[in-house]
Amino acid sequence: MSIKLEHINYIYNPDTVYEKQALKDINLTIEQGEFVGVIGHTGSGKSTLIQHLNGLMKATSGTLFYDGKDIYAPEYNLKELRTQVGLVFQYPEHQLFEIDVLTDVCFGPKNQGFSKDECIRRAKEALELVGFPEKYYKQSPFELSGGQKRRVAIAGVLAMRPKVLVLDEPTAGLDPKGRDEILDQIAFLHKQTDLTVILVSHSMEDVAKYVNRLIVMNEGEKLFDATPREVFSHYKELERIGLAAPQVTYIMHALKEKGMDLPVDVTTIEEAADAIMRSFHD
Amino acid sequence: MDMIQAEKLIYEYAKHDEEGNIIGMNRAIDEVDLQVSQGEFVAILGHNGSGKSTLAKQINAILVPTGGTMWVNGKDTKDSKELWNVRQSAGMVFQNPDNQIIGTVVEEDVGFGPENLGVPTEEIWKRVEDSLKAVGMIEYRTNSPNKLSGGQKQRVAIAGVVAMAPQCIVLDEPTAMLDPNGRKDVIHTIQELRKRKQVTVILITHYMEEVVDADQVYVMDSGRIVMSGTPREVFSQVEELKKYRMDVPQVTMLAEELRKRGLKIPRGILRTEELVEALCRLN
Repeated sequence: MSIKLEHINYIYNPDTVYEKQALKDINLTIEQGEFVGVIGHTGSGKSTLIQHLNGLMKATSGTLFYDGKDIYAPEYNLKELRTQVGLVFQYPEHQLFEIDVLTDVCFGPKNQGFSKDECIRRAKEALELVGFPEKYYKQSPFELSGGQKRRVAIAGVLAMRPKVLVLDEPTAGLDPKGRDEILDQIAFLHKQTDLTVILVSHSMEDVAKYVNRLIVMNEGEKLFDATPREVFSHYKELERIGLAAPQVTYIMHALKEKGMDLPVDVTTIEEAADAIMRSFHD
Repeated sequence: MDMIQAEKLIYEYAKHDEEGNIIGMNRAIDEVDLQVSQGEFVAILGHNGSGKSTLAKQINAILVPTGGTMWVNGKDTKDSKELWNVRQSAGMVFQNPDNQIIGTVVEEDVGFGPENLGVPTEEIWKRVEDSLKAVGMIEYRTNSPNKLSGGQKQRVAIAGVVAMAPQCIVLDEPTAMLDPNGRKDVIHTIQELRKRKQVTVILITHYMEEVVDADQVYVMDSGRIVMSGTPREVFSQVEELKKYRMDVPQVTMLAEELRKRGLKIPRGILRTEELVEALCRLN
């Protein structure tokens, strides 16, 4: 399966004074199993973009193919698409509502029409995938910590066994350890299964560490679409649009300016430490 | 007396079952002692559920202690007669900008606070102008707040607090919902405010980069203060911080990693320039 966007445009409030073009001629293909990051400042169109991926928003013009099929075709089954492309919104724990954790996670498969036993089987599988401890399955979701609530919310989407998992800032508001735990779990999921993961993030350090491909949105346009290393080498341009490179990238630039012989296309602490050690041993 | 003084501060609340019966007590703050003097910049770190927001709410008497005492500007927060004085001394800015803005025009929103305090109209306008200038939002004074970005809204929320002329501002994760630019603007605004108004600042955050300029950093865990010191003192204890689910700035982490690999770099590096300097000395 793949997701292919062709000349996607989206205009909010067309033909009114509030008319605003949120997406401008977006072309991109995401293949099965990719780990893609999406960055861009507030209002750059990234949330609008991801809501197109499961047909929640319909493009004003352009075509979106899922697995080779045009999702805007009249006979296309959008309900099925929404179980294939699972969307985890910002602060997804606000959408928890059931009496206990297991019942909450069962909600998705229940709507897909599975039997009670099958729902429970899928819910347990999903909770296991996000590393949620079994002893809390019967607890009210409202009594959990922020990080645990978020795991339950992600499990609720995974229980539908999607092929694509889209996460809109899954770590917002979590403490540093909670951020690492959630992202490590998502990276683990991506490695274990054939899941495509699309991660919207405000943290340059996080996308540098986890994703293979990085899409940069700016004023509704796709500005960059490349590896994090390639994208962050344009750090001056990123700054102009309200973004930045990870802090380590700046450290490497500063060291190079002082005459040290170092590569500057470094995006993680590990890489930076390796490069600096090498320069001392030479 | 200090601007803020907590002595053996305890805050407990009852846990209820579904029928509303009390099934136990939860101690969110456990005998905390804290002194913040006028003009100081204090940062409070701690994982989700460590008690830092509960502590913040004690400072402007949204919550009052169930044990021990909290004095704000010399006033005991338990004394209900002093409630408005306490709230006027310590203003609060919350995480979500959308929950804090009520006016339909930026300047009206900023004027809401002083108006409630009974400040004369002419003085209100003066304060509105002054506080919008202080946060760098004066050119938006006649705009509608809902057209602003998250960072801009948060600066308007800060201006709303500044207009009430508090001696102390408590910010509870003001940047958690913002993009990198919005975060930078808000932190810059806080620094400017300190310079212009000598206001006491208590910043609660999950972003380690934001606290490197603080005078004092406190780390909370299970309702207690478990670490305290200057940013350099606190951030030089990387392992200890990790134990409390905290992190250090990337530059501190890189310095630590290089030290582990045998380079002679001092502990507690907080800024890029410091690491560059330390490495150049080795070269």
